[in-house]
Amino acid sequence: MTSRLSAITLNTFREAVRDRVLYNLILFALLLVATAPLFSQISIDIERLVLVNVGLSSISLFGVIIAIFIGIGLVSKEIEKKTLYTILARPVRRWEFIVGKYFGLMVTLVVNAALMAVGFYLALLITQRKLTGEDGRLFVAIYFIILEFLIITAVTLLFSSFSTPIFSAIFAFAVFVIGTFGEDLHNFAAAAQGITKWAATGAAYLLPNLAPLNVIGQAAHNQPISGSLILFNTLYALVYSAAATAGAVLIFERRNLK
Amino acid sequence: MKRQRTVTIVATFLLVTLLAGSVLARQRVEGVRGKEATLEEILYVPSGKALQRMSFGYSSLLADIYWTRAVQYFGARYDVHSTRYDLLAPLLQITTDLDPHLIVAYQTGSIFLSQKVPLGAGQPDQAVALLEKGIRENPEYWRLYFTLGFVHYVDRKDYKAAQEAFDKGSKVPGALVWMKVMAARMAEHGGDMSTAIALWQHIFDTNTDKTIRETASLHLDSLHADLDMESLEQAVHAYFERTGALPRDWRDLIHAGFLRGIPLDPTGAPYKLFSDGAVQVQDPSMFKFLGEFRTVTK
Repeated sequence: MTSRLSAITLNTFREAVRDRVLYNLILFALLLVATAPLFSQISIDIERLVLVNVGLSSISLFGVIIAIFIGIGLVSKEIEKKTLYTILARPVRRWEFIVGKYFGLMVTLVVNAALMAVGFYLALLITQRKLTGEDGRLFVAIYFIILEFLIITAVTLLFSSFSTPIFSAIFAFAVFVIGTFGEDLHNFAAAAQGITKWAATGAAYLLPNLAPLNVIGQAAHNQPISGSLILFNTLYALVYSAAATAGAVLIFERRNLK
Repeated sequence: MKRQRTVTIVATFLLVTLLAGSVLARQRVEGVRGKEATLEEILYVPSGKALQRMSFGYSSLLADIYWTRAVQYFGARYDVHSTRYDLLAPLLQITTDLDPHLIVAYQTGSIFLSQKVPLGAGQPDQAVALLEKGIRENPEYWRLYFTLGFVHYVDRKDYKAAQEAFDKGSKVPGALVWMKVMAARMAEHGGDMSTAIALWQHIFDTNTDKTIRETASLHLDSLHADLDMESLEQAVHAYFERTGALPRDWRDLIHAGFLRGIPLDPTGAPYKLFSDGAVQVQDPSMFKFLGEFRTVTK
């Protein structure tokens, strides 16, 4: 089982690396990071702040776009090319296929984030001429961005397991947008009454809450991020993404592929 | 093959020519719309809170963009000695709504707002509101109290409010002892020139923004000139008391031992001595803020 999973993971990663969309996005993100020192020159006294905001927002935003654009094709492309039948004809279970795809895309995203983070730290080094302990704290923000990818990838895979690529992209992007309003939705549910309260509370828990995973502003201002937030964010992202992947497996197991 | 080459040549020619044409056309469009057209447009969404929701969590990045816009807006108006800075306060409001911890927007933005036109927006009350918001959001940052005291003192001439601001700021952990000294000076010598010089000098030393340093420098020159003229007039008065006549020129004062040499103003030009004993700078147009604090001290 482990070898089958790792084979699918590795193949998904290879396929994603070959994908042109991926290269375009990485290039664009790296360019953005590279231009950050120039952009910060027109700001007064906030060169580092601008660089951190631009760099981390690029890593996050482009990672989410990559997750959605590659994630939507993970299942449908295999069906379209008829390669899925070849895979499933072998002793590979459907859930292994889904989970392998998930891990493959996650490896891709982590590698992307790592590459962009290297570019970001280089830009920081160029701007400040040195790296300090405070810059090390930015890793927490990057770690949270990767947790965000865990959730978005799982949600995209969930939609991709039953829908067309275009609709999967629309649904996944909508979930991302709603996820950034996660705390507002929860507050709305708390203020509502009757059936609206139940419906809103249900939606608030069913949809991901991405707001606590975005600590770019805090990191840029060197504000401390508590250990408990790191722990519970990790727990939430792992549990939620596992649940979404389980949902994808559930749907894909029952899907008629004929 | 020949036909393909012709197409390549024609297409390349068209590409270069049309691209150059588009640059010219764009320049005309920008000329018609005016330099500040894009700055006007951005306030189609005037609410910082609404923009925060629309930023999908990337509000700190958007705050940086808005802050850059505010600086560009101010710089463009400052360069043409504009008398209207209508969008400055809303831009700063949006910036600080998007990122309430962007200290530079409060500190530098309030100076942009408080200075008299054309060196600033001439809106000291808006500057105070911005700084009070900054203090609410960042109570541990004592320098905001300094800027608040500065605006109350220099632009609003409200010495009691300035004293309160310096006093409160001095109680913030980590605040310089100097803040306590300033609070005491406000109470004892509200409105004197040496206090104003100390404040402007601090603004000059702690700001890197070109426009603010220029403004501070102009104020410092005027204040130093005022201080010089006051002491020179005192010397003239002392000379009159001793001799019963007014000095004809500076040499009389030098010979009487009141001066060591011809007094020079901050631009390096000698001060003018009038027959009635009044003293003036050589070119008053070089000193935009003469007399700002002088009447108070007198």
